[in-house]
Amino acid sequence: MRLHRVILAVLAAGVLVAVGGLAWAWRPAIAPISANQTISDRKTIDRGAELAAIGNCSDCHTKDVGLPYAGSRALPTPFGTIYASNLTRDPGTGIGTWSDEAFRRAMHGGVDREGRQLYPAFPYDHFTKATDEDIHALYSFLMSLPAIHNVIPANQLSFPFSFRPIIAGWKVLFFSQASLENDTSKSAEWNRGRYLVEGLGHCGSCHTPRNVLGAEKKGSRYAGGVAEGWNAPPLDASLATAHHWTVDQLAEYLSTGWHKLHGAAAGPMADVARNLAQASKGDVHAIATYVASLSPQPDGKTAAITDNAGRSSPADVVAIYTGACAKCHNDRNDVGPSKALSLSLSTAVQQKESANTVRVILHGIQSYRTGGGPYMPAFDGILTDAQIADITQYVRARYTDQPRWADIKTEVAKARQEAQP
Amino acid sequence: MTISLKVNGKSQVVDVDPSTPLLYVLRNDVGLHGPRFGCGLGQCGACTVHIDGRPTFSCILPIAAVGDREVTTLEGLLEDGKPNKLQQAFIDEEAAQCGYCISGMVMRAQALLRTKPNPTDDEIRNYMRPNLCRCGTHTAIMRAIRRAAIA
Repeated sequence: MRLHRVILAVLAAGVLVAVGGLAWAWRPAIAPISANQTISDRKTIDRGAELAAIGNCSDCHTKDVGLPYAGSRALPTPFGTIYASNLTRDPGTGIGTWSDEAFRRAMHGGVDREGRQLYPAFPYDHFTKATDEDIHALYSFLMSLPAIHNVIPANQLSFPFSFRPIIAGWKVLFFSQASLENDTSKSAEWNRGRYLVEGLGHCGSCHTPRNVLGAEKKGSRYAGGVAEGWNAPPLDASLATAHHWTVDQLAEYLSTGWHKLHGAAAGPMADVARNLAQASKGDVHAIATYVASLSPQPDGKTAAITDNAGRSSPADVVAIYTGACAKCHNDRNDVGPSKALSLSLSTAVQQKESANTVRVILHGIQSYRTGGGPYMPAFDGILTDAQIADITQYVRARYTDQPRWADIKTEVAKARQEAQP
Repeated sequence: MTISLKVNGKSQVVDVDPSTPLLYVLRNDVGLHGPRFGCGLGQCGACTVHIDGRPTFSCILPIAAVGDREVTTLEGLLEDGKPNKLQQAFIDEEAAQCGYCISGMVMRAQALLRTKPNPTDDEIRNYMRPNLCRCGTHTAIMRAIRRAAIA
């Protein structure tokens, strides 16, 4: 199966090179601007800051919190490692010489100021839908930040993906530069939400599965994907959940990283929530409105609490669960300072994949240190890998009626190989 | 239930419920009062001990999960009954106000110095993050760790 995928990828890459060769048109450089120009329109800058929060830009483009937007963060992809660029106005290593027009071309078309093709790890397939006005606000915000000199490491991509012109071929196959038309049959708020989710918010980048060439599968929009090893759950009706997510619940979760009937945002989603806390309440509610519409169900649908405590389980696993987990995740759902909830409510425990439950147990949830969000200690080192696997399976069997997870031990080993969050 | 464990190089046999946190067993059954009960939820680090040399919150480690792994407490760091280099550095720098967190701080710092004998300030700050001091003696704790690293 693996070999099959590799052969397919190589063949597909060959097609890309051919198509790229035909389609690749040289893109001209856009003249550099003086790096000293300043933008003083505070209102536009503030709007840009909110849009940057909705776009979660700082997550990829910041490696060290002390050097915001200075880039260098390594992004693992199936084709190798890509290093995020420096978005500060440093003329040598950032975008200080980029005009508004050059920035807009990058956002709408995936081409940098010098005319080089940009890898779609930078989600211009979504950003192409952003309006000129919003892109100008974003540009104004980035240009208002202090310049940070930071040389970005060279990407480590395997051939032929290291050859930039093939991106032109990828674009022919998978990218169309287009804005969104309003859907007049829907509310203004729904349209606003769709604009943000499909555009700057680029939710589909993680929540839609990708094909062998890393493009979002058009026929499986929001059917669930992968983000840095974590499972990005489906946003459509295929999501397994104890309670259906309502618009208000989604809005609260997105802006605080937690909801009492669903659990905590963890992994890459914790950063999304931390950023959305900086966005306007109206925009977050619009995003929630659109996302909720992807899985239409009556809001009142709630499930009874599942607790299969009677199922036979090894005594030592029950003892470990009781001593390590149940103090916070107690069944009275008595939410303490950790904002732990009964695991029967956890969306993570309901998913098809064990990825998120394993990673939360292993790494914990540390978001309270930056934003007062939920907290869970990392059990890495407290419990052995075998114990973590046992607890993961126990929680699944006790708090859901879903089938057992296969290969949890492999998942624990895989999670250990990844960079710590 | 009878459970045996290895603490500070000695074998111990205790009779406790298997879900009992290691911290309770150390304090109540083994009589070691170095590790403290702070939050009981793995949030503050006052209960930090070493499990096979790694700093670990003992308040959320059920005794059933310890197995044959080696437990080390603050008492286990003594050399010939006297404070070791790091413990003495904490004393010399007066790195305590109320002192409640200090046992955990020493245990975490000791684990750091074992893997990184001469850490930078950033490495110290980053490594010590899981342990909280409500009194705010962090600068003195930094000095103590640096003093032990250089000595």
